[in-house]
Amino acid sequence: MKEISVLIGGKAGDGINIAGMVVAHLFNRIGYRVYMYFDYPSLIKGGHNFAIIRAAEGKIGSHREKVDFILALNQDSVEFHKDLAKADTVVVYDNDRVRSEGIGVPIADILKEEGAPPVMGNSCIIGAFARAAGIEWAVLEEVFKKQVRKALEQNLKVARRGFDTAAEKKKIVPLMHDTFPVISGNEAIGLGLIHGGLDTYVAYPMTPTSNLLHFLAAVAEEHEIAVFHPENEIGVMLMALGSAYAGKKTAVGTSGGGFCLMTEGFSMAGMSEIPVVVVLGQRTGPSTGLPTYTAQSDLHFAIHAGQGEFPRLVVAPGDAEQAFSWSSAALRLAWRCQVPAIILGDKTLCEGIYSFDQAEAISPGISPPFEGIPGPGYTRYRITENGISPLLSPPAKDAVIKVNSYAHDEAGITTEKADLVAAMTEKRERKGNFLQQEVNALPSVHLEGTAGNRNTLICWGSTLGVCREVAGNLGLRLVQPIVLEPLPVEALHRALEGPGKVVVVEENVYGQLELLLARNGIRVHGHVRRYDGRPFPLEELEARVREVLA
Amino acid sequence: MSGRNLITDAKNTWCPGCGNFTLQFSLKNTITALGKEGTPLDDIVIVTGIGCHAKMADYLNINSFYSIHGRAIPAAAAIKMANPDLTVICCAGDGDAYAEGLDHLIFAAKRNSDITVIIHDNRVYGLTTGQYTPTSPMGFKGKSTPGGTREEPFNPMEIMLASGATFLARGYTRKMGLLQQSILEGIRHKGFAFIDVLQICASYFNRSEYYDRLVYELTDHDPSDFDAACGKAREWDYNREAPIALGTFYRAARDTMEDRIRVERKREKNRDSTIRRILLEKS
Ligand SMILES: Cc1ncc(C[n+]2csc(CCOP(=O)(O)OP(=O)(O)O)c2C)c(N)n1
Ligand code: SF4
Ligand SMILES: [Mg+2]
Repeated sequence: MKEISVLIGGKAGDGINIAGMVVAHLFNRIGYRVYMYFDYPSLIKGGHNFAIIRAAEGKIGSHREKVDFILALNQDSVEFHKDLAKADTVVVYDNDRVRSEGIGVPIADILKEEGAPPVMGNSCIIGAFARAAGIEWAVLEEVFKKQVRKALEQNLKVARRGFDTAAEKKKIVPLMHDTFPVISGNEAIGLGLIHGGLDTYVAYPMTPTSNLLHFLAAVAEEHEIAVFHPENEIGVMLMALGSAYAGKKTAVGTSGGGFCLMTEGFSMAGMSEIPVVVVLGQRTGPSTGLPTYTAQSDLHFAIHAGQGEFPRLVVAPGDAEQAFSWSSAALRLAWRCQVPAIILGDKTLCEGIYSFDQAEAISPGISPPFEGIPGPGYTRYRITENGISPLLSPPAKDAVIKVNSYAHDEAGITTEKADLVAAMTEKRERKGNFLQQEVNALPSVHLEGTAGNRNTLICWGSTLGVCREVAGNLGLRLVQPIVLEPLPVEALHRALEGPGKVVVVEENVYGQLELLLARNGIRVHGHVRRYDGRPFPLEELEARVREVLA
Repeated sequence: MSGRNLITDAKNTWCPGCGNFTLQFSLKNTITALGKEGTPLDDIVIVTGIGCHAKMADYLNINSFYSIHGRAIPAAAAIKMANPDLTVICCAGDGDAYAEGLDHLIFAAKRNSDITVIIHDNRVYGLTTGQYTPTSPMGFKGKSTPGGTREEPFNPMEIMLASGATFLARGYTRKMGLLQQSILEGIRHKGFAFIDVLQICASYFNRSEYYDRLVYELTDHDPSDFDAACGKAREWDYNREAPIALGTFYRAARDTMEDRIRVERKREKNRDSTIRRILLEKS
């Protein structure tokens, strides 16, 4: 077998996410590319959690409808996922808690005999699974040494007991490929921001970007960045603007609800021309919605958030490599063009786990910011041809640096003069045009498949993973606009020339990208939408796209 | 730099008799004094909210961050955290800091952010032409409460003491000498300095007679005594007539947010090596 899918399930609090990561690392160690989808309700203890880990020879970013193994730490893992089982799916289960066929592991007895705490049940079942999948003990040992640092000896003992209980059922063939770092989308975004020059990160916890806050806070223990968690998202945004004014490249992170609170400050970023980056991880809305599930329903919100008219950048990376490259790019573009930028992710991307190929994560080259020259002649909002006023932050020798949320003159002093207001509005408009040129010069539309292919699939954001495979299987061309504002309209028109049919895939009900395309003169022939908080499994999307194209 | 005119040529639009003029002179004199002491004017930043008070950002010829309503304080705190060498002065209104943005005020005090917050407490929304604020007395007849408010004011001095402010003073715009002294002391104080300034609003709430009659300067008061400070804070509740103390209520030495961050400064600065290290850990 050269591709494998494993479901591991248990109660919230069983550490399913971590166990899933260990399984992913087992596959990584034997040369596979991995992807993990983690499904959990918004509970700390008690509800049912599961992770689907998929490993394949090529790059992947989606899960399948069926799995080859089910690792069941609770009865729900067998009952709830009957539809995921095939005739030959192997169930590895906890003898005491689960009634099933397959490989029963006497986890309670083993833990008791080894004097191990209940959480180590995970290690036990992973050990049994490794044997059942024909993964060598040495591989497991190596992965545990790296990934399970706490109580390693005891975890290994418990895993060995599980390993010895099981028998090989379906062998996954080791590949001779390189291993890759295995990271979450949030981590890819965080690393991209660091790459782009991040100095300061400010956030209030909110799924699905809380883990980005946790990740960067941990990074800040070693690396010279500042991470701060203030009283609320209004404070977050205003702190970010203060910090950016004082010369720090600053990003914030949130989800839709938090971004609602940030929009007044976001609009101030537009008026005061203070750059800032917002990592906006979408989840199922409206309102509190499904806090731990996915959606792509904040595209129009991101594009229009904030009163008044001002240029902004919105990028929607589709996998870990793009998350790295475009987070770096978004930060640098925000500072070059002095605009607020949004990195639009979602639960699938942010909390999805990917094999990360750094060679593929090449961040587009972007020229440095326009810097001002200190001195008494400096004005923060100097009117220039491209609309960008050279930037300075205090202290700057003999310069008075005034930023203002009111309409203002070149010096930053409030004005209500009609001609000045118009001139400044036009300055900001020119800045937007400059941003558009910068975006056009970048690979802002990602293309896959040969141009000769008749039909095209359009996607945005995290559905890239599943769409890439569907497009490959059905021989379609794939078009993914990565920058969604300002939209690279010309590149999209070029990509969509020809007589073929065009299908748009989105995880929202109104067809937000489709509407955006229509506004820009791009008509499509059909669409596939999903809005139940769950990402598309590969087979389902493939069948639905086939239907639309038929 | 020393030749810099501290007042911009922006047209001043405060009403005649407005207490903001006194605050402006006090700030100008204070900044001049700081300059003479050796603080470069380039190192000073003023942050304001939105309201009559906030025009200070336009009128003073120093670095400024003219924020949005209620949100001067988080911006000011972040500027100081980003660069602790800057002197950050924050001018906020009572509507601004006590209504729209009370959360930020309390948290800045809790963290002992090393900024100076001056509240232009005219006890009315001036710019929006006369509505009640959290410090308007009970029964205040404003445009949104024509029959008089039905709620008592809160006492910002008590709130600040409860929140951890390490410097607490009250000023009055018709006592400029004392006001200026409080502002200078506040700026010199290491930590969160809070000054509630009873500011005359000539157009919507002119309480000159009331204040003139009741204010007195704190003497024989030990500002290091928290309980005594609480007592002085409670003496006048912003509602019922009582003696109104002016001057420094409380002063305490405590580590600031910026001190705590400075201690934590990390070694690694090379971005590529940090990225490499993390990716290696995750492979
Ligand atoms: C979010 C928001 N809400 C309301 C306003 C309208 N507004 C402007 S100033 C102000 C009140 C000002 O009162 P205060 O802060 O006491 O300042 P003063 O004018 O008295 O100095 C209000 C409500 C606004 N600018 N922004
Ligand atoms: S309305 Fe009141 S606070 Fe505003 S400028 Fe006039 S007098 Fe001053
Ligand atoms: Mg007021």
